[in-house]
Amino acid sequence: MTQFLSLLLNGISLGAIYALIALGFVVIFKASEVVSFTQGSLLLLGAYAIARLSDPLGFYLAALVGIAITALAAFVIERLIINRLRGAPVISLAIVTIGVDIILLTELIRRIGSDILNVPHPWGGDSVQIGDVGISENRLIAIIVAGLLIALFFLAFKFSSWGVAMRASAEDGETAALMGIRLGRVSALAWVVAGILTGVAALFLVGSPTPGVSPSAYTVALRAFPAAILGGLDSTGGALVGGLLIGVAESLAAGYQDDLLFLGRGFGDVVPYIVMIAVLLVRPSGLFGTRELTRV
Amino acid sequence: MLSIEDVHVTYGGAVQAVRGVSMEVPDGEVVAVLGSNGAGKTTLLRAISGTLRLHRGRIESGAIRFDGTDIGTRDPAQTVRMGLVQVPEGRRIFGRLTVEENLRAGGMASRDKAAKARAQDRVYDLFPVLRERRSQRGALLSGGEQQMLAIGRALMAEPKVLLLDEPSLGLAPRIIGQIGEVVAEINRQGTSVLLVEQNATMALGVAHLAYVLDVGEVSLSGEARQLAQTDEVQRLYLGHDGHDGDATAGAAPRRRATSGRKLSRWTA
Repeated sequence: MTQFLSLLLNGISLGAIYALIALGFVVIFKASEVVSFTQGSLLLLGAYAIARLSDPLGFYLAALVGIAITALAAFVIERLIINRLRGAPVISLAIVTIGVDIILLTELIRRIGSDILNVPHPWGGDSVQIGDVGISENRLIAIIVAGLLIALFFLAFKFSSWGVAMRASAEDGETAALMGIRLGRVSALAWVVAGILTGVAALFLVGSPTPGVSPSAYTVALRAFPAAILGGLDSTGGALVGGLLIGVAESLAAGYQDDLLFLGRGFGDVVPYIVMIAVLLVRPSGLFGTRELTRV
Repeated sequence: MLSIEDVHVTYGGAVQAVRGVSMEVPDGEVVAVLGSNGAGKTTLLRAISGTLRLHRGRIESGAIRFDGTDIGTRDPAQTVRMGLVQVPEGRRIFGRLTVEENLRAGGMASRDKAAKARAQDRVYDLFPVLRERRSQRGALLSGGEQQMLAIGRALMAEPKVLLLDEPSLGLAPRIIGQIGEVVAEINRQGTSVLLVEQNATMALGVAHLAYVLDVGEVSLSGEARQLAQTDEVQRLYLGHDGHDGDATAGAAPRRRATSGRKLSRWTA
């Protein structure tokens, strides 16, 4: 039982981080009608920036600047590329984002090399005990920060002018434009928000129990894609549920892998994709998705 | 004053949807544009509000001026900020947003909170049913209520000219009558209206001036009351025979040389 609760709590913390990335993914899709595969390299960029800047700037300032750099990179990608390709087929745009992702990723891997960059989280590698259940302090803080950030996001999405403009243009872009909503601005802002969410995810993803920043952080971001898809690509609530589901499933599969040995080691790594396929077979547009994936 | 001067519009560089249309919407007046499907009515509104590009359309020649400024190359957001706001055909309300959020979306162009509160009060006074239903999702409203919401949403930007694309589409006769009254009331409060319609009875009832568009060209134009008396309009848009009204027709409204040929296509 203790093991189960521990795996559950760790799964939720991992899921909260996935949810941040998946939310960014969904926000970009809603605002720009782009399935963006840039999140992986943006995550690595954020982690790399935080790690490199921690030495000169100290952890907290480095974290802020690193998150800002991630958001700025997302903004630049939107302005320089996505915005100029408006009206291009959804598939072309998706491939374009894969191209951008590979370019950015290649450069980051070159810079990181074979090192594992350390991010000096002040809370270090300590863990805390809640009853009998143990969790790393980093992951516990991740749950709290991600929870607050996601709550803030949903409040803004529901009540702010940005949220209304965003939802209106996601539903009917042409009519939103006729109402004076600047679609380009809505789209750029969505990328910035996605960049911030991804940067925060990076901050916690490279802390305990993960040893530090290495190119493998990229594959973690990839698991947020099935989270977004299974939740429903156009559903913000779905991204949250999908992220948590994937995180918990992965954590449980990894934790009980001794009982699942017949499936082979490292089963936890593929669980996100298996869960996604299983969900989509039952609900093709995801748990909370309302639309077909390809919009014209 | 909104003036359209010899405008030609093509889609995809080939299909000519509007061919040399000129018309004027004087300040404080209601101008009706009649015409059947494919006459170029919606294209004309797209040209004014700057959404042609979204449909791969382009103004090939001619100019659209608002108070002297050429607005032919503006994007939709700029057009709204200049005071020209369109209510699109088929209402196109945001079904997943509440009534109040729909109105907020309509007021996005302005940052002036007081003005927005004033505009919202005006909309709720004009359409009390929207106030009752303000926290309901737009999709749950009836067709007539959705049309009112679409008009109210456009009024949130406090337009100088309201562009209405077939507000009567798919509505019951009683509701169409209400829409006509609303258009007249909005106009009384000082907004010019360009009313594109297939329902000629309603449109000519509220309009001061009217144009008949036929396959991309203006075939008839003049004062709405006089236009309603003409043979062609009687026969084609008002559902009367009009076999006895040949003399009164040609007197006041200007009839273009092409009109006879174009109209004969429909009577054949």
